[in-house]
Amino acid sequence: MALLLKSARIVDPAAGLDGVGDVLVEDGLIAQVGENLECPGAEVYDLAGKVLVPGLVDMHVHLRDPGYEYKGDIETETRAAARGGFTGVCSMPNTDPVTDNGAVVEYVRSKAASVGHCRVYPAGAMTKGLKGEALSEMGDMVDHGCVAFTDDGRGVQSAGMMRRCMDYGKMFGKVFMSHCQDESLVDAGQVNEGVASTRLGLLGWPAAGEELQIERDIVLAELTGVRYHVQHISTARGVELVRAAKAKGLPVTAEATPHHMFLSEDDITSAYETSLKMNPPLRTKADAEAVTEALLDGTIDVVVTDHAPHAAWEKSREFELAPFGMIGLETSLATVLTNLVATGRMDYATLVERMAIAPRRILGLEQVSIASGSAADITVFDPEESWTVGEDGYVSKASNCGFEGQALTGRATHVFVGGVPTLVDGVVQER
Amino acid sequence: MFNNHKHLIDIAEYSDSEIMRILETARLFSEVNQRRIKKVPTLKGMTIVNMFNEPSTRTRSSFELAEKRLSADSLNFGGSSTSTVKGESLIDTVETLNAYKIDMIIVRDKHAGAPHIVTQHSPAAVVDAGDGKHMHPTQALLDLYTIWEHKKSFEGLKVGVVGDIAHSRVCGSLIPALKIMGAEVTVVAPQTLLPAVPSVLGADHVSLSLDDVLPELDVMYMLRIQNERLEGAPFPNINEYHRLFGLTRDRERLMKPDAIVCHPGPINRGAELDSYMADHPERSVILEQVYAGICVRMAVLYLLLGGADNGLAS
Repeated sequence: MALLLKSARIVDPAAGLDGVGDVLVEDGLIAQVGENLECPGAEVYDLAGKVLVPGLVDMHVHLRDPGYEYKGDIETETRAAARGGFTGVCSMPNTDPVTDNGAVVEYVRSKAASVGHCRVYPAGAMTKGLKGEALSEMGDMVDHGCVAFTDDGRGVQSAGMMRRCMDYGKMFGKVFMSHCQDESLVDAGQVNEGVASTRLGLLGWPAAGEELQIERDIVLAELTGVRYHVQHISTARGVELVRAAKAKGLPVTAEATPHHMFLSEDDITSAYETSLKMNPPLRTKADAEAVTEALLDGTIDVVVTDHAPHAAWEKSREFELAPFGMIGLETSLATVLTNLVATGRMDYATLVERMAIAPRRILGLEQVSIASGSAADITVFDPEESWTVGEDGYVSKASNCGFEGQALTGRATHVFVGGVPTLVDGVVQER
Repeated sequence: MFNNHKHLIDIAEYSDSEIMRILETARLFSEVNQRRIKKVPTLKGMTIVNMFNEPSTRTRSSFELAEKRLSADSLNFGGSSTSTVKGESLIDTVETLNAYKIDMIIVRDKHAGAPHIVTQHSPAAVVDAGDGKHMHPTQALLDLYTIWEHKKSFEGLKVGVVGDIAHSRVCGSLIPALKIMGAEVTVVAPQTLLPAVPSVLGADHVSLSLDDVLPELDVMYMLRIQNERLEGAPFPNINEYHRLFGLTRDRERLMKPDAIVCHPGPINRGAELDSYMADHPERSVILEQVYAGICVRMAVLYLLLGGADNGLAS
């Protein structure tokens, strides 16, 4: 089965490409890239005016499966990923049972293979049950295809335990990813400590509670010699710590979410919008700008969503009772295009680096490229499409999106995973 | 409706003249409260629900008396029997109350923002009777009333608020209200009891020492040390707190001769106040505040529900 993708602007810094051309896909691989390609019998997609890039990967996603299928499951949330333009996602291990052994990793991978709409790369827990007390079966998980270790949702509270995870897990060569949260400082914090916590009468979640663990983990990464990745970084000082570690040549990387760049604590009003309740919380405008700057200059390597679906009834509650998190897969690319590319702050090549190349590099996945011989994982977007978040609902099972109502410009139109179309003209394809 | 206000949640949405109108109306109701028959038919036929989703005796009693003296039909809904304890969501509880065809809901809840949720799911008027650590507007109004009775004007008045500012819903309303009326507010507490950014509430000054600021202040507002909210031990013990931040007979020499002492009640004697100050015949206005609570709440219910004027001397 051959596909001929015609007349898109092809952008792939790894292949040195930025120009209009055609891509021929055969047997799941890119067969040829060039101008005026012909292939009798091939299915032709006219992509004039659109941008074609290596398939995007979101390396921080909660699929909620197994255990919380009422919020979202592997079928529905990978469907949302396809709608948002992603060819792959890294799933977080805070499932029920926790993804801390090979059997759960196997479940996630096999269910994704049978019902998923994109590739799923499972991350495994560092500690058993995410409790921060005992090592998880890292070797067993790696044997079943786990790509990274993280206790996401919680920080590992004991420095000694964090070191043991790194020391033991070093032999597997995977990245250690960390949700940084010192519980003795954060306690039951609900919103950023400062103006928001005072104004809303809610317990504060201090920036220091995140920064102290970033600093600690960088020290431990240097001590143990593992690759270390800061998840959903949200503060200006956290960015400085990563910048200093990189300047020192340490194998430290970081990710940021669109909501920590394009929203701030000021967006939470006396209406107590629970869709803006996040962990880590939305910080100050100055923090958001520092995080954005760091993404632009490469201190932050990757854009992720921390896609966190919740049932409507869970979010329709008092702010303190509502769970943390928002969905992001369907808006991530569009918010970056709208806020960074359309404003001239970021070019397409950098977008590809932050959303396609860097996540594969950090997770140790095979790179894809718009070049013959590469797997045909391809994202196509229309940079001009104007749309309003939520006006046609969501593809995700959940609707807790903090960008609801925002007018965005740019949206994925086509996605191909291993040469199979998963999104065509904005419509998710049935398997 | 009172001007454009259907609800009373955030006092900062009210102007100085609107707050003054509430205080003046409360003064009219004070006259009613001194009659032998302390009741007017103003809100006859109106139904008011006191939805108290956390324990409260004083505030609820004060609202209940205000409702009864205005001839409204009142229903107490909540306490230990509250359906939220049984797992029903706040929204479902409110929908149930709506089906009773009610005119107003008085909301006390341990979660900040609960009164706003009620406004989104009920056609009734909503009065915040304290939500989490957020706001408590009728407390602020009764405090203003009491201060006004003694000081006649708020302009330039120097008010010190002492104690657990961080966990106080009273401050979330009182400090903004004092600012609207033109007073100058100093908050006094150890750092462990201060909110992250006191200026967000409107505080002009922050002091970690009571003695430093005491000589300047016209009104001492002593907050209750709420033992039940003091997780994480923000000070070593009550004795040390009392020594550093308690208003005592020893400290009286530092006070202005005409400075008054307010307290939202209930008092912890030996913590924020000693008995000498709590019972001080010239300075302590604590029981006047309790009385003002009835008058002010009658005024708020009357203004928001647009009660008839009958029975009011004006």
